[in-house]
Amino acid sequence: MPAVDETLDQVKSVEKYKYGFVTDIEAETAPKGLSEEIIHFISRKKNEPKWLLEWRLKAFERWLDMKEPDWAMIGYPSIDYQDAYYYSAPKTSEDGPESLEDVDPELLATYEKLGIPLHEQEVLAGVKNVAVDAVFDSVSVATTFKETLAEHGVIFCPISEAVQSHPELVQKYIGSVVPVSDNYFAALNSAVFTDGSFVFIPKGVRCPMELSTYFRINAANTGQFERTLIIAEDDSYVSYLEGCTAPMRDENQLHAAVVELVALENAEIKYSTVQNWYPGDENGVGGIYNFVTKRGACRGNKSKISWTQVETGSAITWKYPSCILQGDESRGEFYSVAITNNFQQADTGTKMIHIGKNTSSRIISKGISAGKSKSTYRGLVSMMPKAEKSRNYTQCDSLLIGSECSAHTIPYIESRNSSATTEHEATTSKIADEQLFYCRQRGMSEEEAVALIVNGFCREVLQELPMEFAVEAQKLVGISLEGSVG
Amino acid sequence: MLSIENLHVCVDGKQILTGLDLELKGGEVHAIMGPNGSGKSTLSYVLSGREGYEVTSGKILYQGENLLEMDPEERAGKGLFLAFQYPVEIPGVSSMNFLKTAANSIRKFRGEAEFDAMDFVKFVREATKKLNITDDMLKRSVNSGFSGGEKKRNEVLQMAVLEPTLCILDETDSGLDVDALRVVGEGISALKSKTRSFLVITHYPRILEYIVPDRVHVLASGKIVKTGNNDLAHELEKTGYSEYMIDAA
Repeated sequence: MPAVDETLDQVKSVEKYKYGFVTDIEAETAPKGLSEEIIHFISRKKNEPKWLLEWRLKAFERWLDMKEPDWAMIGYPSIDYQDAYYYSAPKTSEDGPESLEDVDPELLATYEKLGIPLHEQEVLAGVKNVAVDAVFDSVSVATTFKETLAEHGVIFCPISEAVQSHPELVQKYIGSVVPVSDNYFAALNSAVFTDGSFVFIPKGVRCPMELSTYFRINAANTGQFERTLIIAEDDSYVSYLEGCTAPMRDENQLHAAVVELVALENAEIKYSTVQNWYPGDENGVGGIYNFVTKRGACRGNKSKISWTQVETGSAITWKYPSCILQGDESRGEFYSVAITNNFQQADTGTKMIHIGKNTSSRIISKGISAGKSKSTYRGLVSMMPKAEKSRNYTQCDSLLIGSECSAHTIPYIESRNSSATTEHEATTSKIADEQLFYCRQRGMSEEEAVALIVNGFCREVLQELPMEFAVEAQKLVGISLEGSVG
Repeated sequence: MLSIENLHVCVDGKQILTGLDLELKGGEVHAIMGPNGSGKSTLSYVLSGREGYEVTSGKILYQGENLLEMDPEERAGKGLFLAFQYPVEIPGVSSMNFLKTAANSIRKFRGEAEFDAMDFVKFVREATKKLNITDDMLKRSVNSGFSGGEKKRNEVLQMAVLEPTLCILDETDSGLDVDALRVVGEGISALKSKTRSFLVITHYPRILEYIVPDRVHVLASGKIVKTGNNDLAHELEKTGYSEYMIDAA
């Protein structure tokens, strides 16, 4: 390869994952490995009540008896759970930051580099109306707009803080949607989770701004196990967005999060994810293993939960944001774009469990595979015996770029009620040469053309994202497919 | 503007163009007419740089530069525009978004600043009025579910917005009824200028009513077999192409 091309490629690979930098920051880290002692250590660090420590230990005990699931269409070398750190926190003054002024400037600079504004005045000056909680490795470092939200009775804080300030709420709801023994990774998370966001929207309140959490894995050999809990009381509404990035490292890092949503009567939760963990390099070295359990319970009648996800990062994605449609006339939605390039693997989809009468669900999944990657949609639609006249519509579209990638669609449909209806549509297509040529004849580079065509393919999903993030997501779609053609 | 010399082109190992010569000056309109299978579309694809068209000998100079060394997008950036015989559908991408992405790509290539969003909308509105294109059409996905006439009007709209210096029209009149032909024809005619050149590839002379050619070439069996002025087009309408097909064979 001529030197010039080589340099160009290097520059390109840097551009490809611009979040790949490491912040040099002093961290306090627990010893490597996973044991009861480590769990005691984490719980002590967080000054947790006894019930939570016991809850963690119970989860750990269950986890020891469980087996890593192997049914997904993903392959990876076995993970040595004793070879990772389970707690890493930026070293700050003893009591932790009181306000943004107390936060390590290095950290603020990191979030600035990531394009996440933690200074409220900057946010106020800009167009974005978003409150942010920033989680760095194992701890939350800053939450903005707490006061403004408090005026409306909205609680938005790190879950470790909620454990202290609203223990009754946390105790009532944690593990109520995803029980500790739900699955291998959920049990692991329950045992060692370190931080995450807690959201509580009281009865009748429409949350006045978008809430958002940015997760950042920085330390090496560290797993991130965040736990997010969102509760929307009767007649309330909240829109929440999470974003994720990590440095470029040669070794794989584990991310096993649990997200639980509870929507009571006539409440609506809109949960959006732009997942851009480091995907590994073009030879498949490094990257995040993203094993995540996300589930929402539509407990109240007429409640609604909507998941929108744009998954472009991670070496492996294993994730099925689901809805339990318990309340009559409740509604679940799942809009997904999953892009895999190079050696990435994604096995993702959703579960819609229809329990109540007249419940409805809608699934729109768009999978895009390029390079040597593998993308699988796996979904379950279940109509329980009492789900009278419930309805589901599922549409799964796959787009292939190049000839070395693959796409799979595995829909499971169970119906135990004869008045329920399910519809499933699936398509697989390739970007046609003539589409690419048409765009290039109009002056677009091959990469611009692919980005445009893929964005068109994903439009139905992208338009579900909050406006503030739709543009970023569109750009991300383009960036993650760079180098996939030609 | 465009100089083609002894062009030989193969597609899938089959010789399609067999020594084509053409000289097109700035501001000129040339028509290329010929029977089906004579190589008309091949010529338009070779000029625009589509893959799969192998130039076995000959050369093409565009504005004094070797056209064959350029990528399709580079040719577009330098002002070469092809109005497709069969415009391609791009689901989910609105025509407006497509136009804007294309216009900004070309501006970027030329080192010009990208369009301001509001200015661009105004600019496009001007162009759409003449072509009878509704806002609804701009919102719909590129060419998806467009009628034949809508597709061709959309091609002319793109041509108007991208302001090319060399316009290649590949059977833009095919499949149009009289009314649609008039709208398209007038749209093209309005784009004529002293510096802009047109290569009008067509089977029928009817589009030439709107854009009168300086030269008319007859393409048969891969090369230009006759060249004349506009009268030749009318003559062809009466006699057809059979004479040239025999000649070439």
